[in-house]
Amino acid sequence: MTDRFAALKAHPAAKWVGMLLIGAALLLLPFAVGHVGGPAWVRVLDFALLYVMLALGLNIVVGFAGLLDLGYIAFYAVGAYTYALLASPHFGIHLPLWALLPIAAGVAAIFGVLLGMPVLRLRGDYLAIVTLGFGEIIRIFLNNLNAPINITNGPQGISRIDPLAVGDFTLTKSHTLFGITFSGVHWHYYFFLLLALLIIFICMRLEDSRIGRAWVAIREDEVAAKAMGINTRNIKLLAFAMGATFGGVAGGLFAGFQAFVSPESFILMESIVVLCAVVLGGMGNIPGVIIGALILATLPEFLRYTIMPAQQALFGQQIVDPEVLRTMLFGLALVLVMLFRPAGLWPSQVRKRELAR
Amino acid sequence: MIFQFDILLQQIINGLVLGSVYALVALGYTMVYGILGLINFAHGDVVMIGAMTALTIATALQTFAPEMPTVLVLLVAVAGAAPVCMALGYTMERVAYRPLRNAPRLAPLITAIGISMVLQAAAMMIWGRNYFTFPELVSHQPIMVLGATITPVQIMIVTLAAALMAGLTLMVNRTRIGRAMRATAENQPIAALMGVNVNGVISFTFIVGSGLGCVAGVMVAANYGIAHYYMGFILGLKAFTAAVLGGIGNIQGAMLGGLLLGLIESLGAGYIGDLTGGFLGSHYQDVFAFFVLIVVLIFKPSGLMGERVAERA
Repeated sequence: MTDRFAALKAHPAAKWVGMLLIGAALLLLPFAVGHVGGPAWVRVLDFALLYVMLALGLNIVVGFAGLLDLGYIAFYAVGAYTYALLASPHFGIHLPLWALLPIAAGVAAIFGVLLGMPVLRLRGDYLAIVTLGFGEIIRIFLNNLNAPINITNGPQGISRIDPLAVGDFTLTKSHTLFGITFSGVHWHYYFFLLLALLIIFICMRLEDSRIGRAWVAIREDEVAAKAMGINTRNIKLLAFAMGATFGGVAGGLFAGFQAFVSPESFILMESIVVLCAVVLGGMGNIPGVIIGALILATLPEFLRYTIMPAQQALFGQQIVDPEVLRTMLFGLALVLVMLFRPAGLWPSQVRKRELAR
Repeated sequence: MIFQFDILLQQIINGLVLGSVYALVALGYTMVYGILGLINFAHGDVVMIGAMTALTIATALQTFAPEMPTVLVLLVAVAGAAPVCMALGYTMERVAYRPLRNAPRLAPLITAIGISMVLQAAAMMIWGRNYFTFPELVSHQPIMVLGATITPVQIMIVTLAAALMAGLTLMVNRTRIGRAMRATAENQPIAALMGVNVNGVISFTFIVGSGLGCVAGVMVAANYGIAHYYMGFILGLKAFTAAVLGGIGNIQGAMLGGLLLGLIESLGAGYIGDLTGGFLGSHYQDVFAFFVLIVVLIFKPSGLMGERVAERA
């Protein structure tokens, strides 16, 4: 049986058939999910894709280069606010999407380098606290920059942001194609999927490139990497910038998708959740990180929809506040997964070998 | 900018009070870090549980035994809450950190975050999400000192914190268990070979750290007169910052870092407006604190008193 399967796997067409099957499944997924759980779940799926982008960005910094970043959400915030300021009535600027996303990515990358510069000499947990501080500084500025000059509109945030639109094609509206009506959440899903796939592709190519190997070398031993002729300063800055770029893109998409941003969305807990996605999935391993992000994005929603009915079925009434129980189960899940799979759900091969030793 | 001595003195007093609390909580972080190299993210929540338990005991005592002197009430409340925190610290280490001692470095960090969530949820289940008023057990009547004011509760906080820190320093430097702690921090396998019960020492460290955290939690609640399920998060964050500022893993560093951070915050809040010509207001006090931290770390990458830089990035 396994022989036949291996033979099938070795067939040159098998790779393409497999890709086609995955592609078809990804295309049909929002309809399947929408059919079972309703449009709210397609929205969850959209957010899950944003999390995938974020987790992949953070994976470059933490997973590949081994730089513990606890303020990653700041780049998401920078991307989101860049989009919001350049495409809303707040300043009366309305740039098109093709300009907005690169600008959001670029501004985030600049912030990535700004963070990277002072922390080049720091290691491990010192780095963690400085990045955490950086994230908090960004959030506090967003919260307070409504006076003396109103830039971010303070805690109220920026509303009525332009929706994501490719040319005249607005993603929030329903469009009918081939006799099937795709609603706004579906269009967002496909658009996010496209960008997520692009980011996955970039990450996979980066992983095997000179740069990717340089990151791993720095993670394993910075001094040795330097001795091997790696320009550790530039390579580390590049890791921060690349990670920030993906965060910025995800942030821009988030702003356009929500049509509203406020500092509330960029609290420290969000950074921690993205970090959990990376570590839980399997640090440094792209498929693992994707799975981690999908789980962390959907698990709370899943708990939200199952806790109430489960309590009613078991006890006949609501005993514990579902929100509280959700936090508790989420925390327990983090502990249990780590206890049973310390290297993550799907660890990279290198790490597996290290642990086996 | 007119320099006023009484305002400066007031800021320094506030800073010292805040700083003593930060220092006590920071000790919990730094002791665990020094021995295990682990950021115990759940420490702030242990502090919160301590404050909430003490609050419950104090309120119950005041209802059922109103004649009891308030100082005694406070003592009983702390005596009741400290074992709860210590048990919590011990259990936490046994369940969530010990099995992961040889795991990849970030694994225990994630379990710590998980434990922190569980503790917060547990607190919400037990006490709800409301803010509780902490009974005024030590007087809040201000005393005038050179134009500035200080309350008896603040005096109590500073003296108690100083006493506890002195006691801890003595214990670490002069006693058998303290020597075992230092040996374990230096090199775990060798300490084990020398006959040190490493697991016991680690458990003990968690217990002591949690106990100090509990006292700090009660102090904060008594000073501000308020306690709620979320108070541990911010406090833990600040204390962790303080520990890093002083050089994480170093006990004297945590004390220095805590006091400095408290002073920086209160002076920053008081003078940041003047310094920036009114551009930045007092809501930027946290920015100021983190900014100082970043500047310090640029020039001393392992904190003010840290000696070794963690090579295990």
